[in-house]
Amino acid sequence: MLTVPDAGGHFGPYGGRYVPEVLMSPLEELEQAYLALKTDAAFQNELADLLKNYAGRPTPLYYAKRLSEKLGGAKIYFKREDLLHTGAHKINNALGQALLARKMGKKRIIAETGAGQHGVATATACALLGLQCRVYMGEEDMRRQRLNVFRMRLCGAEVVGVTNGSRTLKDAISEAMRDWVTNVDTTYYLLGSALGAHPYPLMVRDFHRCIGDEARVQMLEREGRLPDMAIACVGGGSNAIGLFHAFVPDLSVKLVGVEAGGKGKKTGEHAARFSGGAPGVLHGAYSYLLQDNDGQVALTHSISAGLDYALIGPEHAHLHDIGRAEYVDCDDATALKAAVELSTMEGLIPAMESAHAVAEALVRAPQMGTHEIVLVNLSGRGDKDIDIYRENLKELDSDSHQPAF
Amino acid sequence: MILTRISQRFNELQAKNEPALIAYVTAGDPGPEMTVEIVAALERGGADIIELGVPFSDPIADGPVIMRASERALATGMTVEKVLEIAQEIRKHSQIPIVLFTYLNPVMRYGFDKLAARAKEVGIDGFLLTDLSVEEAESFVAAVQGVGLDTVFLVAPTSTDRRLELVAKYCSGFVYVVSRTGVTGEQSQVSSSVAPLVEKLRKFTSLPLGVGFGISSASQAAEVGSVADGVVVGSAFVRTIESTPGREVLDTIERMARDLKQGALSGRR
Ligand SMILES: Cc1ncc(COP(=O)(O)O)c(C=O)c1O
Repeated sequence: MLTVPDAGGHFGPYGGRYVPEVLMSPLEELEQAYLALKTDAAFQNELADLLKNYAGRPTPLYYAKRLSEKLGGAKIYFKREDLLHTGAHKINNALGQALLARKMGKKRIIAETGAGQHGVATATACALLGLQCRVYMGEEDMRRQRLNVFRMRLCGAEVVGVTNGSRTLKDAISEAMRDWVTNVDTTYYLLGSALGAHPYPLMVRDFHRCIGDEARVQMLEREGRLPDMAIACVGGGSNAIGLFHAFVPDLSVKLVGVEAGGKGKKTGEHAARFSGGAPGVLHGAYSYLLQDNDGQVALTHSISAGLDYALIGPEHAHLHDIGRAEYVDCDDATALKAAVELSTMEGLIPAMESAHAVAEALVRAPQMGTHEIVLVNLSGRGDKDIDIYRENLKELDSDSHQPAF
Repeated sequence: MILTRISQRFNELQAKNEPALIAYVTAGDPGPEMTVEIVAALERGGADIIELGVPFSDPIADGPVIMRASERALATGMTVEKVLEIAQEIRKHSQIPIVLFTYLNPVMRYGFDKLAARAKEVGIDGFLLTDLSVEEAESFVAAVQGVGLDTVFLVAPTSTDRRLELVAKYCSGFVYVVSRTGVTGEQSQVSSSVAPLVEKLRKFTSLPLGVGFGISSASQAAEVGSVADGVVVGSAFVRTIESTPGREVLDTIERMARDLKQGALSGRR
C-alpha cells in the first residue's frame, strides 16, 4: 500500500499546498532542504543523538497487566511517549524541525500551540539550539493550559496571546501564518501537527514515525507478533500518524483514530471531523473540515485543547477514505472517566488528549479475546491537565474523599 | 474572441495612458445595501475596477483592518449567495468590472461550476482566491474561464522566475502583484521591491499588472501608477468605512477615490 504523498504532497486527493503565493517559493525551499537532510547522515545522527540522550528515546512499551485483567479481554500495551522530555510526543518533531531550521540558517522560530505541549517542545528545542522563539496561543488555551505558558516563558520563549475567533488552536495557527507571511525571509515556521501545506504533513509524520517503528520492534520482541489493533487520539494527527505509519502495510493490524466528541453531536460542540465535517481547505491543506453550509469554518469544542481543531491531517483523510484506518470519537465525560481509570489502575495519569485513546481501548479490549493485543499511544502525561482534572473531579479534590483502598 | 469587461477596461485606460484604480471593499460591511452604495461612490470618485471581498472566517492573508471587516460582514449574515445578490444589484446601475476576492473554501463549498455559472449570470467578471496556488487551480480555472470569466492570481516578491512565468499562465484579465511580503494593511512607504518585480514580470506576460497591499495615499498611488497598470487600494477604504458613521461614508469614500485616482494619474506625467 502506497502512503507516500505524491510530488505535490497529495495523499489521494487530500493535502496539497493551498497558501498565498508569498509562501509558495519558501515552501519549495523548505521541501528541498528537508528532502536533502532526510538522507544526510550527519543530520540524522545529530537528531538520533538528541532523541536518545536529550529527549529519552526509545520510549518503553508497557504492558498494563492490572487494567487488561480487569477488563478481561485483549492485552493492553502502552507506548510511553508520556515519558519523553517535556511530557509528550511533540518533542520528536520539534527537535527535528529546529535542527532543520538551523541548517537553513533561520534564527527566528515561530510556532502555534493548543495544549501548549508543542509550544513547550518548541521553546525547549530553541533553548537547546540557541534560537529565538515566539509561540502563538489562543487566549482560551492560555487560560486552560496555564502551566505550559509559564514553562515556555521559562525556556526563554515569547508567548503571544491570540484574541481572534474562538481563541483556540485554529486562531493560533492563523496568527502564526500571518507572522510567517510577513517575516518569511528570516523566520522558520515550526508547525506542530501533521497539518498545513506540503511538506509539513510529510515532514511531521517522518519526525514522529519513530513511535510506530519502535513499538513494532518492541512488540515483536515481547510478544513475537504484531498487535491486533493500534489506537491513538487525533487532533491534527501527528501522534496518530507517527504510530500508524509503521503498521500501514500490516493489514492484520487494525488502526483506530479517536477524535474529540466534545459535549455532543451539534456543530460547535465537538471536533469530530469525519462524522461532522466535509472536505475543505484550511491552513494550507485539503482534508475533512468542520464547516457550515457556506464554507465558513465551524467552531469546535473539546475538553482537551490539543484535539480542539476544525481540520484533520490530510493523511488521515486518505487512510479513512481507503478504509485502512477507522475513526471514532469520544466525548469529554468518557475521556475523563478513562483518565481516572488509568490513573487508579496503573498509576498513569494521561494527558487529556491521550485519555481519548485510552477510553477507546477500554471499549475495545473487553470485546476482544485474551490472546489478542491492543497497542495504545500514550501521547502525553497529565501534569499540564491537573487543573482541568481538579475542576471536573471535585469529589476527588475534597479532603473528605474516600480512597479506593 | 469577446473581451471580458476587465480586459476592455484596461484597454480603454491604456489607450488614454491612465493607470486603473482598483478598489477593494468587503461585501456586507456595514450592510448589503451600503455596499451597493459604497461601490457607486467609489465609481463616482474614479475607481475603475471593484474587488468585492467575500468574508471568510479565517482570513490568513489579511491584517487587522480587513479581518475586522470580515467579522462584521459575517455577523450581519453575509454568505456567498448574498454577495452574488449584491453584485447583481451593482450591475443594474453600472458596468464597472467586478472581481470576487476571497479564500478558497467558501468557493469550493458552493461548487466551482455552479458558482462560475451564477457569477456570469449576475454580472461578475472574475475571481481572485488568495489561498489558491496555481498548482491546485486546474479545475477552478477550467470552470471560471470555461464560462468566459477571468482568473486573477497573485505574484509576490518571493516568487522565483519560474513561478512568475507559471502564475502568469494561469491569469487572465490582469495579474495581481503583491507589493511586499505580509498581510493586507496600510504601509507608510511603497516597498522598493515593486518596480523591479513589475519589470521582471513584464518579461513573462503581456497582461496588465495591478499592484496592491499597503497602498493608501495619493503619493503612493503615484509611485505605483508610474510603473504598473493598476493601483489596488483596500485596507484604506475599509478603515474609512469602519470609522465613518452613517451615510457620511459615501462622500468620504468618493473623495478618497478621487484623490487616489488623481495620485495614480500624476505618476504618469
Ligand atoms: C499529549 C498530546 N497528545 C495529542 C495531541 C494532539 O495532537 P496530534 O493529533 O498532532 O498528535 C496533543 C496536542 O497538543 C498533545 O499535547
